[in-house]
Amino acid sequence: MKGKVSTVLNAAAVLACLVLVWQMLIWRLNIPAYMLPPPFAVAKVAVARYQSLLVSLLITGGAAAGGLAASVVVGVLIALLFAQFRWVRKMLYPYTILLQTVPIVAVAPLILMWMGSGIFPVMFIAFIICLAPIIANTTQGLVSVEENLVHLFLMHNASPVRMLWKLRLPHAVPYLFVGVRISSGIAVIGAITGELFASSSRVGVGGLGYSILYANAQLEIDYLYALVCAATLLGFVFFFVVAFLEWYFLHNWHESARSMDAE
Amino acid sequence: MLKGDGSIPDVVFSGVTKRYGNALPVLKEINLTISKGEFVSVIGPSGCGKSTLLKLVSGLTQVTEGSILVDGMTPANAREIVSFIFQDPTLLPWLNVKRNVGLGLELEGVSEARREEKIQSLLELVRLSHVAKSYPRQLSGGMKMRVSIARALATRPRILLMDEPFAALDEMTRDRMNEELLRLRGEQNWTVLFVTHSVAEAVFLSTRIVVLAPHPGRVDSEIENRFTLPRTAELRDSSEFEERVAHVSRLLRGVYVA
Repeated sequence: MKGKVSTVLNAAAVLACLVLVWQMLIWRLNIPAYMLPPPFAVAKVAVARYQSLLVSLLITGGAAAGGLAASVVVGVLIALLFAQFRWVRKMLYPYTILLQTVPIVAVAPLILMWMGSGIFPVMFIAFIICLAPIIANTTQGLVSVEENLVHLFLMHNASPVRMLWKLRLPHAVPYLFVGVRISSGIAVIGAITGELFASSSRVGVGGLGYSILYANAQLEIDYLYALVCAATLLGFVFFFVVAFLEWYFLHNWHESARSMDAE
Repeated sequence: MLKGDGSIPDVVFSGVTKRYGNALPVLKEINLTISKGEFVSVIGPSGCGKSTLLKLVSGLTQVTEGSILVDGMTPANAREIVSFIFQDPTLLPWLNVKRNVGLGLELEGVSEARREEKIQSLLELVRLSHVAKSYPRQLSGGMKMRVSIARALATRPRILLMDEPFAALDEMTRDRMNEELLRLRGEQNWTVLFVTHSVAEAVFLSTRIVVLAPHPGRVDSEIENRFTLPRTAELRDSSEFEERVAHVSRLLRGVYVA
């Protein structure tokens, strides 16, 4: 517990330093406010417009969370298929890499063209970029079970289904979490990217990506910075929620979760 | 439970040859009969097919030529009376000690109430009742191995196959585990096929020692290993024990040279 308090204090100290440097730069270099607004102005506009900021945050957060959740469900199902059938894995696994290499910024407009506007295409974009890490890590976890453990189950005449349920799936959980941790960060990026292309149904109201474009167009630079800070914050929240879930499910038995105590 | 009456030997290898693909056979023409209640140690240089021998008895892999009978049955059909203890404890890290011990019973569909009862007595047997709720990562190497043994004993096996179970432990712990194993055997009287690298361990534990020669794996010699003294820690200090160790070591060296 003492360790955690000092971790938080360290992080706060670094943040304070960053804000200080930000302010100093403006003073020293005489940067005009339309290029780099002072931190205080950003904080002020964030407080004044907290309602619309919160709405944007929730829209983007919802889309990212939905995409991430869908990628976990679909990714685990695909990984199960890959783990059970070697030939499926050999045939399709290389294509999961495509999911990662495809430039999402280029594909996003196409997806929006096919699916129309609204939250679903945004969710879908987040889903696509989250999928590959989930599939890769979960498959790894499912197939890397120690041979002797498989033998042990065979000695008790365990069926493939029981082997999957009692051995391969639990063994894959820490690997799945590695995937989710990677995906949780890019889910937010994916959702914001999607929103950059998705027009909102109501003028001025939309997710962070949409609002960033809108604020830019309106030359509301203070608010633009507030939105960027909010987007960063959202990524943090995702990361910590996933880290907490990981700790919750694994701290009893898994080394990776245990080492988090030390961090 | 059926007790040994001597009518059918527990394990019979007749002319067993095992080869993977077209390579040289791993084991060639093995003939070996293990009677009920025997403790047979198999010793030999690496690559002589010791572990393969155990895999064949457990039915995890098939013979290429010849046959193996386990209590008169094929290995695959005899799995219910056989338990395998691996070199590493092979515990499931996400289950606590209790559930690890009960894993075999769980897989064989034993009800939870009966499982509970058996697990309690097994934990007492291997002296681990105090860590029933702990997870494997919290245990020492010796304790993990005891959990592994308890799990193997849970299904009440008549035959134990042990593949260098104590090789990863330090010498003190290994000696203690050896004594423990004999104590348990005194209570349950299983037939044991035990693979090891350690001559002293083989001499301390077994009623018979089989020396395998490599390339291809074959039986080089068999040594009856009885003692006038009881098998307690003191046995290791006796001259009888030391002479036996020297004798087996000599045989083993012969195999290495040839």
